[in-house]
Amino acid sequence: MAVTTSQGGKEDLSTGLPLVRMSGVCKDFGPLRVLDSINLDVARGEKISLIGPSGSGKTTLLRCINHLEQPTAGHVYVDGKLFGERQVDGRYLPLRDSEMARMRSTIGMVFQSFNLFPHLTVLQNIGLGPLKVLRQPRREVEAVSAELLAKVGLGDKRDAFPEQLSGGQRQRVAIARALAMQPRLMLFDEATSALDPELVGEVLNVMRQLALEGMTMIIVTHEMGFAEEISDRVVFMDKGAIVEIGDPKTLFHQPQNARTQSFLSAVLQKKPFQ
Amino acid sequence: MTGWRHFFAILPDCILVLLGGAVTTIEITLGGLLVALILGLVIALLRRSSFRAVTALAVAYVEVFRCVPVLTQLFVIYFGLGQIGLRLSPLPAAIIGFGLNGAAYLAEIYRSGIESVPRGQSEAGSSIGMTKHQTMVWIILPQAIRVSLPPIGNYGVGLLKDSSIAVAIAAPEITFDATNLINQTYLSTQIYLLMALLYIGMSLPLSHLVRRLERRSRRGVRA
Repeated sequence: MAVTTSQGGKEDLSTGLPLVRMSGVCKDFGPLRVLDSINLDVARGEKISLIGPSGSGKTTLLRCINHLEQPTAGHVYVDGKLFGERQVDGRYLPLRDSEMARMRSTIGMVFQSFNLFPHLTVLQNIGLGPLKVLRQPRREVEAVSAELLAKVGLGDKRDAFPEQLSGGQRQRVAIARALAMQPRLMLFDEATSALDPELVGEVLNVMRQLALEGMTMIIVTHEMGFAEEISDRVVFMDKGAIVEIGDPKTLFHQPQNARTQSFLSAVLQKKPFQ
Repeated sequence: MTGWRHFFAILPDCILVLLGGAVTTIEITLGGLLVALILGLVIALLRRSSFRAVTALAVAYVEVFRCVPVLTQLFVIYFGLGQIGLRLSPLPAAIIGFGLNGAAYLAEIYRSGIESVPRGQSEAGSSIGMTKHQTMVWIILPQAIRVSLPPIGNYGVGLLKDSSIAVAIAAPEITFDATNLINQTYLSTQIYLLMALLYIGMSLPLSHLVRRLERRSRRGVRA
């Protein structure tokens, strides 16, 4: 697959304002608290990996950022602005649907199960957002979509339908679809978990390239090697809370917390009977 | 056998008369189907409204029209409305009657079609900045309608045959013309058989069309 070199995008960690700020975010599903007062700042250009056992709340945290899940308590700020809510006389009110949509359009999301639109060709999948949401002219949309498709190494698949593609190809199309909206932040929700092992690499390559270009990325993943390689910081979660957060070297090799240690030793050790 | 000899002698005339009725049958079927397709979609969408009262109205519509025989509905529209001064001709009355009735059935077909689209699809729509409305129009409905096509087609074939009920309000469709012919010739067996053949002749191409639609719409539906 084609992986071009970095476009020279520079990581911009200098501006004081975080691109994403989660402040006291809680999420309850009925009586179950799945996220417990999450505080997290993500700088512009930063790559953050969320790791932890399943059910630890990683995916819910990710989905709270773009308000696919409405936090039960706490707030999310993107670029310093309250996200997904508005504040009137000190009270927080839900946004109108159109306002919410406009905000979400600036955050790309890649799902574990791809969620490509099965009734549209690959090119139409990528172009739908720019065409209908950004209302860009069709000719321009097609050109940009084709460019993105080439970038993820699928230039020859523009007229294929999703069901004709392998899992890895589908996920690369899904990444291109998210990028077509020119997001300032990309959320990856276990982007490679549904893939056959031999297809994981092609998706990680595309993510790696994106990281090199300076995209701000928040990645929920089970690929520890990848997380260590590209992350600026790694977040270890357990039981809905952030247990430990640190640079990948420290977190993976000198974890401070006992729970982090036991999780990592379970995941990283190749046990003969598992 | 004299009946048959006589029948074959007047067969061309019989066919001509019944073909005239067949045109009306097709008009009722297509007209009713068109009304039902549009109104049914509107009702299915209203049912998903976030306003409770609107949802309740849509549910009530479906229940009422499914619980009353279509014959009764035709009588109400033709005779009932006539009595309060809204006199409709049989043909429009039949189209409206079958349309209102079919809308209730198609609303349910659309609804299950919409519900069959995985939740991830609307989440993907949200994630590229689509409003609920845009997601419905560009992502959910195209898939829901594909899923709904086969049952809608089957409903259409059923409607073609059920349109014979419109004979009760004197709509000049096949059954009406056949009854007239029998009154003039007393050849009931032959003419009813001929009528049956005509219905087959109309239903078969229609079900064939439905099957083709089904095949075509299956393209790219999975994943």
